[in-house]
Amino acid sequence: MNRTQVTRWLVSEKALPYWLIFPTLAYVAAFFLVPLARTLLLAFRTDDGQWTMRFFVRMVEDVRFFDAFKFTLILVAIVVPLQLVTALSIALLVNTRFRGSRSFLYICAIPLGISDLAAGLIWFSLFTEHGYINSFLYTLGLIDKPIYFLSMQNLGWVVGSIVLAEHWRATAIVLVILVAGLQMISRDYLEAAEVFGARPWQKLWHVTLPLLKPSLQSALIIRTILALQTFAVAVALGGRLVPVLAGEAYYWYYLYRNANVASAYALLLMVISLLLAWGYLRFLRPREVRS
Amino acid sequence: MTFPRLQRRILLYMAVVAIVLWVLVPLVLIALAAFTPRSELYRWPKRIIPSTFSSATMSFFLHSYGVVSSLCNSVVVALLTLGMTLVVGAPAGYAVARYVFRGREAFRLGILMTRMFPTSLLAIPLIVTFIRWGLYDTLIGVAFVHTAMALPFAVLITSGIFSGVPKELEEAAMTLGCSRLGAFVRVALPLALPGLAAAAMFTFVISWNEVFAASILTVRNRTLPAQVLASLEAAPLDFRFAGAFFMIIPALIFMALARRYLFQMWGGAIAER
Amino acid sequence: MAEIRLERVRKTFGRVVAVKDVDLTIADGEFLVLLGPSGCGKTTTLRCIAGLERVDTGRIFIGGRDVTELPPARRGIAMVFQSYAVFPHMTVAQNIGFGLRMRRIAKREIRAAVQEVAELLQIDELLDRYPAQLSGGQRQRVAVARAIVMKPEVLLMDEPLSNLDALLRLQMRAELKRLHRQIGTTTVYVTHDQVEALSLGDRIAVMREGEIVQLDHPNSVYDQPATTFVAGFIGTPPMNLLRATVTTSGDDLALAVGDFTLLLPPAWKPSLRAMVGKPVIVGIRAENIAVHADTTPGSLPATVLVSEPLGAQQLLTVQVGKDVLKVVTAPEPLLQAGQTVGLTLNKEKLRLFDAESGRALPIGAGLPTQGGYR
Repeated sequence: MNRTQVTRWLVSEKALPYWLIFPTLAYVAAFFLVPLARTLLLAFRTDDGQWTMRFFVRMVEDVRFFDAFKFTLILVAIVVPLQLVTALSIALLVNTRFRGSRSFLYICAIPLGISDLAAGLIWFSLFTEHGYINSFLYTLGLIDKPIYFLSMQNLGWVVGSIVLAEHWRATAIVLVILVAGLQMISRDYLEAAEVFGARPWQKLWHVTLPLLKPSLQSALIIRTILALQTFAVAVALGGRLVPVLAGEAYYWYYLYRNANVASAYALLLMVISLLLAWGYLRFLRPREVRS
Repeated sequence: MTFPRLQRRILLYMAVVAIVLWVLVPLVLIALAAFTPRSELYRWPKRIIPSTFSSATMSFFLHSYGVVSSLCNSVVVALLTLGMTLVVGAPAGYAVARYVFRGREAFRLGILMTRMFPTSLLAIPLIVTFIRWGLYDTLIGVAFVHTAMALPFAVLITSGIFSGVPKELEEAAMTLGCSRLGAFVRVALPLALPGLAAAAMFTFVISWNEVFAASILTVRNRTLPAQVLASLEAAPLDFRFAGAFFMIIPALIFMALARRYLFQMWGGAIAER
Repeated sequence: MAEIRLERVRKTFGRVVAVKDVDLTIADGEFLVLLGPSGCGKTTTLRCIAGLERVDTGRIFIGGRDVTELPPARRGIAMVFQSYAVFPHMTVAQNIGFGLRMRRIAKREIRAAVQEVAELLQIDELLDRYPAQLSGGQRQRVAVARAIVMKPEVLLMDEPLSNLDALLRLQMRAELKRLHRQIGTTTVYVTHDQVEALSLGDRIAVMREGEIVQLDHPNSVYDQPATTFVAGFIGTPPMNLLRATVTTSGDDLALAVGDFTLLLPPAWKPSLRAMVGKPVIVGIRAENIAVHADTTPGSLPATVLVSEPLGAQQLLTVQVGKDVLKVVTAPEPLLQAGQTVGLTLNKEKLRLFDAESGRALPIGAGLPTQGGYR
């Protein structure tokens, strides 16, 4: 194509969509691809340009690394399935369209707008030794002295409180996706199943869930990736008692001013996210195209 | 679905009440905590409902070092993010909704995939870049990063919104004398406005709540979450509680306002892949 | 009001050629119907005239002006969409006046024009309502009003009646015809409903796979279809089509249809002599077959398979030898399945088509040139 042809194409109606997406593309390139490249550089290269695995070694050798890795995976492994079941139950409940179900859904979605830091602090107000759980237990006469839930000795409780806080905060994310997915399933399928004798549990298992697979997949991927990045909740509830990968990335820069090791942590998170997403896509592949 | 038996209905409503309590009680409690005077906060045994309500806790929080300025900073950053995200993302959403062009699916997929990037991956390398460009510790710098984080949502949501405006309406306007842009402004935009407003509020909330990048990229010009996080270790109870309450206020307002558009927006845009 | 001319208009979508080098001239004030099954290119052609699609090659002229490169706003057209496309965020009055507002006409004049058109379409009571408060039929009228208030050179309509229920469709059809008589704007009307086409059009352009197969007055399209496709598309029920061979019977020409031989009118001899021995497709409409008692001499014996009483008529499905025909006859006497009857065909109404191409065979004197376009 010569120059006039190119110019004419550029101002034609056909080129319009490309002009419209150009700003977004440029922005994404600048703020995603470039940082990704830089993170790789930061993690694998020293300031004077030498390629090295030193930062990864430092990361792994750090006293907190193993715990961070462990706790991050534990959190994800507990929170995500828990949320899935809860969200699915609520979604099915809402789908029965009982009276007030819309308001109910709206209430359940309130946590969507709550930041992870605020959520962490809210649950901190419950679990701290001066917190409401202790007050409640005392009012019931079950205890005399406050229980120190959020302490070194009670790591289990700290993790538990993080799980609860995350569950409280983020179930709405999964819920909204599932509700939308459920709404898209035509009632005709369920009515047909009923006519052919299926009972409620059978309808759920054979009709609803398979048709919900794409939504389940979306929800799982998003929630898992976000769960891997748990940070502020853990800090609000336990400080560094329960280290998590994202938290370590933060502290390595914020406290130790070492952007290289922080980048190593970031890359590790990315790799785990990709692996899990790939796993979900592979093993939860919906068999037919949804209408 | 019908509930032939009374027991089922009772069970249903019990479940509903339980879940509603689960969601609302922590919010009520933090609100209570934010208005409980400090002396009562530290008392044991602590009463759940304080004997007196006091605004001292809130006031302590607000007067703490850096809080008011960080509050303003958060508002500024959120507004900047809002503006930039819509200006950059809405046209892309419109393009995806209206035009079938080569690379459309690749574009959508690419946008979706950016959600897989951990925030740390975005923010940490930008430290160096921002320092070099003089954007480190500035509000606009944080806004840039927030916009990057909100863009995928914005594109997806606006494409859903514009899909909901039938193409034929714009075509009708064009046959009646509007130019392409005129048809968009007079027909598509007014009809998309409520949805766009909801998307705007959603972006505002994302920016308002963001902690990691804001903490990493600022030192003196912190946003509210960054300030709270930085002060957390040394902070007394009343600071933490009041801070939490303060942070959730916009979210609650947003939820009240955007109620109708929430599901159209969120669920539909993300569930459809 | 203006003449429309399409010259070798071609439009492709990816690999699909929607409109294949179409030539079409529509006279000033004419009501032209683009008729055809889904996917035949009729809507695309309309949208090309409107300027909503850019043609790949070819030119379009409206009122003598070359509008090919012009956007819809500058072509002097107005359009009624299948979904009506009535702006939901404006009242009926604002909808109708929209185009006039775009032209920056004085508000007073707009109000008067809107009132006039609303009265014409009997929606003047609804001017302050919003589309959500109107029925489908009312919204459709708003769409029509919005178009004609512009006093366009050309009025384009894309299946405007297809979303209405049957009764309403009937009413609106008559109204549209009346409107056209009154206003006289050149109109291009797209539909897949052949009854609408026959009723409304001054001329019908039957389209198939991107090409105009026949462009003619409704009666000609009905009576002298240019191809077997048109014959099978137009008419309820469609024309019966049978395979036959041209033979001779003594001095005259005849058709061998299955086991039977039909004598052909002598006037046809000159044109058909060359076809002797060749296979053809013969078409005859259901109403051109008469039903008698099976003992009538000279009639074809047939067995009734299905009898459908339709009130004003009786629709029979009959078996003649190996062929199955549809026959329309008087509602009484009501025939039963299994009955044997005798059929006579109105020879003058027989239509012959080339067995391979499906094109109509020009036959005899007195019959005008079949098919093709002017």
